[in-house]
Amino acid sequence: MSVNEDTREVRRRNWRDVDLRAVAPFAALVLLLILGAIVNPNFIGINNLANVATRSAFIAIIAIGATFVISSGDLDLSVGAMVAFVASLMILFMNSGVIADPALMLTAAVAFTLVGGAACGLVNGLITTVGRIEPFIATLGTMGIYRGLTTWLSQGGAITLRDPQLQELYRPAYFGSILGLPVPIAVILAVTCVAAFILYRTRYGRHVVAVGSNSDVARYSGIPVNRVRTIAFVIQGLCVAIAVLLYVPRLGSTSATTGILWELQAITAVVVGGTALKGGAGRVWGTICGAFILELVGNIMLLSNFISEYLIGAIQGAIIIIAMLVQRSLVRKS
Amino acid sequence: MSSETIDAGAGAVVLSARRISKSFNGVQVLFSVNFDLRAGEIHALMGENGAGKSTLVKILSGFEQPTSGEIILDGNPVKLPPNGAAEALGIVIIHQEFNLAEHLTVTESLFLGREVTRFGMLDRKHMRAETRRVLDLLGSHVDENAMISSLSIADKQMVEIAKAISRDARVVFMDEPTAVLSREETNYLFKQVRKLRDQGTSFVFVSHKLDEVMELTDRVTVLRDGQWIKTSPTAILDGESIAQLMVGRELSKLFPAKTEPDVDEEIMLSVNSLSTGYVRDASFEVRKGEILGFSGMIGSGRTELMEAVAGLRSRASGEVVIKGETVPSGDVHAANRCGLAYMTKDRKSKGLLLNSRMTANLTLQSLENHGKLGYLNPASEAAALERARRRFDIRVRDGNVVAGRMSGGNQQKLLLAKVMETEPDIIIIDEPTRGIDVGTKQQIYHFISALARDGRAIIVVSSEMPEVIGLCTRIAVMREGRIVGMLEGDEISEQEIMRYAAGLKKKAVA
Repeated sequence: MSVNEDTREVRRRNWRDVDLRAVAPFAALVLLLILGAIVNPNFIGINNLANVATRSAFIAIIAIGATFVISSGDLDLSVGAMVAFVASLMILFMNSGVIADPALMLTAAVAFTLVGGAACGLVNGLITTVGRIEPFIATLGTMGIYRGLTTWLSQGGAITLRDPQLQELYRPAYFGSILGLPVPIAVILAVTCVAAFILYRTRYGRHVVAVGSNSDVARYSGIPVNRVRTIAFVIQGLCVAIAVLLYVPRLGSTSATTGILWELQAITAVVVGGTALKGGAGRVWGTICGAFILELVGNIMLLSNFISEYLIGAIQGAIIIIAMLVQRSLVRKS
Repeated sequence: MSSETIDAGAGAVVLSARRISKSFNGVQVLFSVNFDLRAGEIHALMGENGAGKSTLVKILSGFEQPTSGEIILDGNPVKLPPNGAAEALGIVIIHQEFNLAEHLTVTESLFLGREVTRFGMLDRKHMRAETRRVLDLLGSHVDENAMISSLSIADKQMVEIAKAISRDARVVFMDEPTAVLSREETNYLFKQVRKLRDQGTSFVFVSHKLDEVMELTDRVTVLRDGQWIKTSPTAILDGESIAQLMVGRELSKLFPAKTEPDVDEEIMLSVNSLSTGYVRDASFEVRKGEILGFSGMIGSGRTELMEAVAGLRSRASGEVVIKGETVPSGDVHAANRCGLAYMTKDRKSKGLLLNSRMTANLTLQSLENHGKLGYLNPASEAAALERARRRFDIRVRDGNVVAGRMSGGNQQKLLLAKVMETEPDIIIIDEPTRGIDVGTKQQIYHFISALARDGRAIIVVSSEMPEVIGLCTRIAVMREGRIVGMLEGDEISEQEIMRYAAGLKKKAVA
């Protein structure tokens, strides 16, 4: 074997080892785009795609938080209920009228929501780490609690933003655009960039991956394992709060059924994006891609006439299973 | 040269490999290797890490298929079935990491996957009786109803062997079976293995421990860099010559010269009456430039003591003073900040992230050196890896390889490099050379010695007596959670350590 061949061999092997799992979700996305274009020519138009991206914002942003929690080896099932709960709190706060000036009120409400989301995440984190309860059970419990509190706050009905002045002021946060880019898409990009920076370029990000891939190694390396895990839950809470900030101006209302099954979609987006569910490898951009894929599938179903759009939930459930199967086969190959 | 011409040994050849070659992803790891195993012999397979022992074992037990060459069982060429199905042919492998489910009982483990039923119900009585019979055959006192999790490592090993026998194994592969056993437990294991050998079972014994190979085995095959080097009756070899065959060069002295620290050198670490759940009233001091050894049986509390010193485990009482500063209990950070680092003996499950690359592993404990305000500077990390690879001679073909795919020796060097990245003044090294080859061992001994000469205080915890004797100027011996002896100078000898470790001798430690 000549030297040349040898290096080529090595390079090819590296390529296969490293990139396949990262590339897979993007390849799937491209395939879907092609499929969509075949099904309906309107699909590939910039308006439709921008619309899809905008609508994927809630799940995408929540899934970014989930990427941290899952990378650190935990799981948060409460995010859907948390959206409903935090959104209720935000609207009730704005309806309370404690601050007269609308602009000031809105600023305070945003701060209040972020703190509320972070607090909900902190509760999840402390129950799992300090209380030493499996994250699956801990967040299943808080899922019930957040959902129940929402139902109680809304008395089974809806909570609606009453002040028309506030509504008018807040509306552009979902429907507006910055330099031609719809605000939700801009927020997705901003959140993803920050998240990618934290996960790939900071000490904390490295700690998350270490804790997720082997918490014993992390502990023996002097990493404060419980703090790292708790902070991941707080990041998840903050992401939920950001999603709520976009959700409230869209309808100006929330109810006990807000955000139902969003935890399934968020976790699906993370897994489709190539993050290992057992922890230890986080892929932020993959997650965004996963969220986009989920929304695209729904969109294609809507635009085509073969499959009833009422089957969307079933399709999304199938996607997570397929994604896991693909992930495993890719792991075996490398 | 065929091995059969050398020795006029006992039984017929049961299993043999003819011109076996194996490549992974275009990298050849075995080159036309021959190997044969006779009925009723214990055959040692030796070689440095990466010599191809594990690959050959996997091929001979069906877990890998050879790229070329053939396997002959009872005189007929065979293709061994994969994934352990070769057990049906009587070929059993006992893995380095046990394959026992912790929450099953001994009986359940023995019959796992081939439970005996009666009228569709489990026949527990029959299975228990059969388990007892096999354990008695081995002379083992393990309770057949005990949970696996409650057994000592030696007993788990015994259950593995019982499992092999209960499946009518004719060929048993044992990969480093004594790595986690004390001397006593090893003797016990050897006794059983000899007994089975005399009944006609064949063993392939993979080990790095020369003395054990000399003691136990009938023949030795040495591999080096994937090539067959020699097969010979053990009786005509000595440890030195096997070591030479393995490394292919004269082993200059295994241990570097000892340098005794000055009596009035600064005391770097002082532990006073430390107790944990198991460890009682342990006190000792280490001076600058000193290598202090900790010897004792497995389970004598050495690791627990060191983890308590390093803050990885909280202590019930006593104090730890590092360079004059008292460190709070159970606080790894405080201990690290004061300059103490602990290197775990368990590199695979507590030391390295096996799925991460070398860089991520190397800097995990010292990320604050690579950027400000939590930001990481990749260039600085890459430079650290380059330095560490040179300093500790970490040899890998591809710098992006994940730690789990590196050889044991390189993993150990990487772990040492990782610990040294924290720039500690006091280093506790737990089992510095577990499961690594002679050449790398020698290198690690020289690293340790150089670190001490640099003015660091070092504690070496080891179950290999030659290691502590060869490296340390003072040796503490532990038994049942207590430090029972502190040996210095001429007192240091295997017999003396053994006397303390076995409880035959005891003295008050100042």
